[in-house]
Amino acid sequence: MTHIEAQKTEIDGQQGRPVSAWAMRRAMLSEFWYYFSQNKGAVIGLVVFSIIVFLAVFAPIIAPHSPSLQNRQALILPPAWMDGGSWSYPLGTDAVGRDIFSRLIFGARFSLFIGVVVVALSVSVGVFVGLIAGFFRGWIDTAIMRVMDVILAFPSLLLALVLVAILGPGLTNAMIAIALILQPHFVRLTRAAVLSEREREYVISARVAGAGKLRLMFVTILPNCLAPLIVQGTLAFSNAILDAAALGFLGVGAQPPTPEWGTMLAEAREFILRAWWVVTFPGLAILTTVLAINLMGDGLRDALDPKLKQS
Amino acid sequence: MLRFFLYRLALVIPTFIGVSIVAFAFIRLLPGDPILLLAGERGITPERYEQLQAVYGFDRPVIVQYLDYVAGILQGDLGTSLVTKRPVLQEFFTLFPATLELALCAIILAVVIGIPAGVFAAVKRGSWFDQSIMGVALTGYSMPIFWWGLLLIIFFSGFLGWTPVSGRISLLFFFEPVTGFMLIDSLLSGQAGAFKSAVSHLILPTIVLATIPLAVIARQTRSAMLEVLGEDYVRTAKSKGLAPKRIIGLHALRNALIPVVTTIGLQVGVLMTGAILTETIFSWPGIGKWMIDSVGKRDYAVVQGGLLLIASVIMIVNLAVDVLYGFINPRIRR
Repeated sequence: MTHIEAQKTEIDGQQGRPVSAWAMRRAMLSEFWYYFSQNKGAVIGLVVFSIIVFLAVFAPIIAPHSPSLQNRQALILPPAWMDGGSWSYPLGTDAVGRDIFSRLIFGARFSLFIGVVVVALSVSVGVFVGLIAGFFRGWIDTAIMRVMDVILAFPSLLLALVLVAILGPGLTNAMIAIALILQPHFVRLTRAAVLSEREREYVISARVAGAGKLRLMFVTILPNCLAPLIVQGTLAFSNAILDAAALGFLGVGAQPPTPEWGTMLAEAREFILRAWWVVTFPGLAILTTVLAINLMGDGLRDALDPKLKQS
Repeated sequence: MLRFFLYRLALVIPTFIGVSIVAFAFIRLLPGDPILLLAGERGITPERYEQLQAVYGFDRPVIVQYLDYVAGILQGDLGTSLVTKRPVLQEFFTLFPATLELALCAIILAVVIGIPAGVFAAVKRGSWFDQSIMGVALTGYSMPIFWWGLLLIIFFSGFLGWTPVSGRISLLFFFEPVTGFMLIDSLLSGQAGAFKSAVSHLILPTIVLATIPLAVIARQTRSAMLEVLGEDYVRTAKSKGLAPKRIIGLHALRNALIPVVTTIGLQVGVLMTGAILTETIFSWPGIGKWMIDSVGKRDYAVVQGGLLLIASVIMIVNLAVDVLYGFINPRIRR
């Protein structure tokens, strides 16, 4: 008997007695974890991501140096294991003598912050607009979806770049621009999910029982559309980190001396043929973080998508 | 089929109008007075200001200005670059072949490697081969390609000295562009070594630009293939005793490729985003670098025109993919 079957009998065994909401939630959570942990990559992703979060939260304690402290005696020092390296600068120093390792740890704060803000913005706006489009249909729906088509017609990075040109360079404006280019995906997903849910019996019965429009939208329908939104949310999280780093690299995102990973790469570009470590480590940090999130995203999809569970 | 095509075309028109509004609004949304922005640091006399307002039509109602702008677009007038003083459309067509050449090479590379990799991964589902291919694909999908380009430069140009760092061809060669495609032009020129030089300049940017589409195509092919391999007609073919190669190549792959075609079409937008980064890293003289440089130089006329042109290219390709999809999959034609 598999884990899930065991659980089913556990719940079915209490026939006649109503299952408490808490027990139901616990069973759902453990079912979710069962499927999520089946995907080894997802578990690795979760572990790596937890480490990055830990580093970001305790950055001031863990980092050996201040991210902005310049040491004129240690310019472009190679990593510790190479000739001329020193263990007080484990990953070497950059062109003005700042410790790369400390800057990367503080950079994790920026990347995670960007991810959280962008996802929060694009999910809240996107889900709200998508609910309206899917729930009310008619001309509102048509108008909203055409506007989303227009946003999706531009290459995402180009549109972000132009928006930042309008708003002015900087991290805040870069996040706003990235949230704007990511939210059409949430609008489309929410709308599609609402369209397939709104004619279901439970929605009709809620309507007959006298539920208001807001209650129908947010309390009745929305919780049943969450699975694809969560998966899309993880994708948006990693995309936000990548796009923000790209904008930083192009010089319109976070501005120096902020230890944002993309900005660090932009500053390091002129040294690529002289000091490989200045370029290699910030990019490796971006890749590791994005890969960890995408691995988790794959696991979430496996755990939340009932169609894939069968195969 | 014609009705299907016209229906799809009609859907594109409102999007195009929206795109033109965005491009039109761009200069007016920039902080500050557009004329002062255009004048730059030197400043401007009040008389000249009035004069320029009349020239650009900023003294008329916004609706009239917009209609004027659209009328200009329809006649091929997208304004003049503030820096080079050349028409934006002309600059676009000078630089577009460079981007097209790079993008075509990248998508060919992505398809040629991505589809077989996806097919083999699906056929050998669960094997170490499948797992490593999908691991590599997810890494490629997560790749910050601007960093990937720098790494390749460090290794192949710096360490091994095999490939040049930037540009489309060595400065030793010069010939008039005929097609705009360096690979073809260098052959046509008949100069010894020109073609080799063009190829060596093209290799690294192609790899960088192909990375994400390759990963997406491999993943998509694998999942489409897995779905098809579970279908009844594949089981029938198996029980008839057909050779596995024939089942995969003839029965499964043909059906699995239908959604993959759409995926390949959708990569055009990804390629344009990638081109902006790739061209910046390799100093590739295409429209991605053109746009970045224009944003940097505040050449807003070029940014405005470029936005419209690039979005139009993407819309045309998406329309073509839609129609092609209807052609190979009659079920959706209705």
